[in-house]
Amino acid sequence: MSKTPEGSGGGAPVVKPPAYRDPRVRAIAFQVLTVVVLVWFFWMIFQNTLHNMESRGITTGFGFLDRAAGFGILMSLIPYDETMTYGRTFIVGLLNTLMVSILGIILATILGFLLGIARLSKNWLIAKIALVYVETLRNIPLLLQIFFWYIAVLRSLPSPKQSLGIGTSAFLNNRGLYIPAPVTESGFGVVLLVLAAAIVGVWFMARWAKARQMATGQPFPTFLAGLGIIIGAPLLTFLVLGVPMSLDYPALKGFNFIGGTRIIPELMALLTALTMYTATFIAEIVRSGIQAVSHGQTEAANSLGLKTGTTLRLIVIPQAMRVIIPPLTSQYLNLTKNSSLATAIGYPDLVSVFMGTTLNQTGQAVEIVAMTMAVYLAISLIISGLMNWYNKSMALKER
Amino acid sequence: MAVFELKEALPPPARSAGATGWIRANLLSSPLNIALTLLGAYLILTFLPPLLDWAIFSADFTGETQDACVSGGACWTFITNRLPFFTYGFYPEPERWRVNIGFLLLAAVMIPQFIEKIPGKQWIGLFGLTGLPILVAILLSGGIFGLESVPTDKWGGLMLTLVLAFVGIVGALPIGVVLALGRRSQMPIVRIVCTTFIELWRGVPLISVLFMASVMLPLFLPEGVSFDKLLRALIGITMFQSAYMAEVIRGGLQAIPRGQYEAASALGLGYWRSMGLIILPQALKLVIPGIVNTFISLFKDTTLVLIIGLFDILQTVNSSIVDPSWNNVATEGYVFAAFSFWVFCFSMSRYSQALERKLHTGHKR
Repeated sequence: MSKTPEGSGGGAPVVKPPAYRDPRVRAIAFQVLTVVVLVWFFWMIFQNTLHNMESRGITTGFGFLDRAAGFGILMSLIPYDETMTYGRTFIVGLLNTLMVSILGIILATILGFLLGIARLSKNWLIAKIALVYVETLRNIPLLLQIFFWYIAVLRSLPSPKQSLGIGTSAFLNNRGLYIPAPVTESGFGVVLLVLAAAIVGVWFMARWAKARQMATGQPFPTFLAGLGIIIGAPLLTFLVLGVPMSLDYPALKGFNFIGGTRIIPELMALLTALTMYTATFIAEIVRSGIQAVSHGQTEAANSLGLKTGTTLRLIVIPQAMRVIIPPLTSQYLNLTKNSSLATAIGYPDLVSVFMGTTLNQTGQAVEIVAMTMAVYLAISLIISGLMNWYNKSMALKER
Repeated sequence: MAVFELKEALPPPARSAGATGWIRANLLSSPLNIALTLLGAYLILTFLPPLLDWAIFSADFTGETQDACVSGGACWTFITNRLPFFTYGFYPEPERWRVNIGFLLLAAVMIPQFIEKIPGKQWIGLFGLTGLPILVAILLSGGIFGLESVPTDKWGGLMLTLVLAFVGIVGALPIGVVLALGRRSQMPIVRIVCTTFIELWRGVPLISVLFMASVMLPLFLPEGVSFDKLLRALIGITMFQSAYMAEVIRGGLQAIPRGQYEAASALGLGYWRSMGLIILPQALKLVIPGIVNTFISLFKDTTLVLIIGLFDILQTVNSSIVDPSWNNVATEGYVFAAFSFWVFCFSMSRYSQALERKLHTGHKR
């Protein structure tokens, strides 16, 4: 660069740069260009899609949702048969997806926290077992694990006649797991009412205990007392009313089991694989969260005279949760999205039923793919919204 | 007068040093600890001996057919017999040397990246991201230079898995950079477009993206234009992965202190030059471990292509275990496939951890 004595004079006239070098003009021009290209792109796609659908004789619109489906679904949480509509298949699939996701989230959280704590255990053997588990399972694709449980394990179980008995009332065979089903009798509603009342009561008790501790400094065993009331009161009512519930045991009749509840092997395989796979990631999140709380915090709590349990509950866990929650949320979202792998083994989830069978029968690709994707997007947004709200309430309050 | 004499230091008590001390501290320090040790020992003794016996001691390794598997353990004969199918899929046998050259080229590019002192390894890496995909694409699909044309529906096995993963990462990296820059842009429309794109792809499962690529993409194209199945899957995977990549890179961009941006402006660098010369080199270096982690998840996700009918390594196993001339080989097949994936993913995650430790030194605050 040559040295020009530009700034030294002070009297040099300011030359306005040409418009195309002005950053603001450039920004506006670039954005207009972006919009034009995008509009053109989507217009092209829209036109092509309309043209292609016309030439293939596909009608557009959501009218197909009211037509009769005419196919059966392996498992449904709400009443369903072939005569019901395609719209109903959407609901059935959605409920199945939600069920497997919620069960998976609960189980994976429990297993993941156990593994994460085991990874940090002072016991060398336990820590190493947890390490081997985590490093093995998280490096194997989930789909492969689902196939393994479904084809190599569950489908090669013996037939109903040679079922493996678990205890005397549960049976495992290649058609699934048969467990006793609870049948409620009259009076069970009272038990549920008492349970609700107990929960409300415990909430008020916790408020009272906290207020008393604030005023007098005397602690109250809220957790134990609350647990006692929530479990004890309904149990007592249950027994006083003369056990208003019976179990329907599965029994072998002919070639198959009658009675009880059947858990289909597809659900078992999917749930096992989702739980075991996601738990490895949760374990790593829990481990790093606990390690992120500096040892000084524990020492400070000890020097204040807090007991070990209190230190964990009031000092370590709240701070660790702050690190754990955001990545944990994304694991929950991953699990929900991964539950769509169900389609590979035929568990009737949203993708398998709606994006699979319904799409094949109706050919309404655009509507069905859009609906399915909208569902997953909505689930993602709701879960991350909830978690952001929780995260904010847990966030560091700096003063 | 007593003379002060230094006594020889006593050895540490036997109970707290050496092997005994280690065992006492790590396995038997408290009743709970003893109980945990017993639990761990019980788990290992229950599962490990039968597993080892099945996999190694009473397994069969040689032979040609099912009849060779007589000893009751794993039938690895099945794997050794089907290994070419698991590696090449339906790729015609006389042309398989081309795939082998592709494997060799990939190894020649990858291995120098793991070794410290190799001159010009960034140039080798750059070639791996630009020239290599083109070269290997020509080599594998053929049709010119006298190479016999091999349609993509003949591709399969490990080779297809590697092609999907490699193209996915090579495509996702530049798109991810652009998206990440767009999401942090000052221009509102560009920012909104990029954010929407990223969040849309990240909010839906890969399987629905693949479905969309295979069912809806043909509807989007003008008449007469069609993509083959592999290309459609590749487009879906690349789009999906680039959204994740963008978030990783955005993390790196956010970690660069403001002073760097301001210094670049003070030097009179425009947007592209300050990004290309100052910000991106630092940001990308920061997020290499994150990129490798994205690559690991991409590598595992390639198995999903079997749902739209491509023959990746998992699908070759799936279709081999139902072969009537072999029975009860499902476990062996899946263990083999799991092991293949595990080797790749585990070594990559170790690499990313080592890199993280190496890069961490310069950025400790």
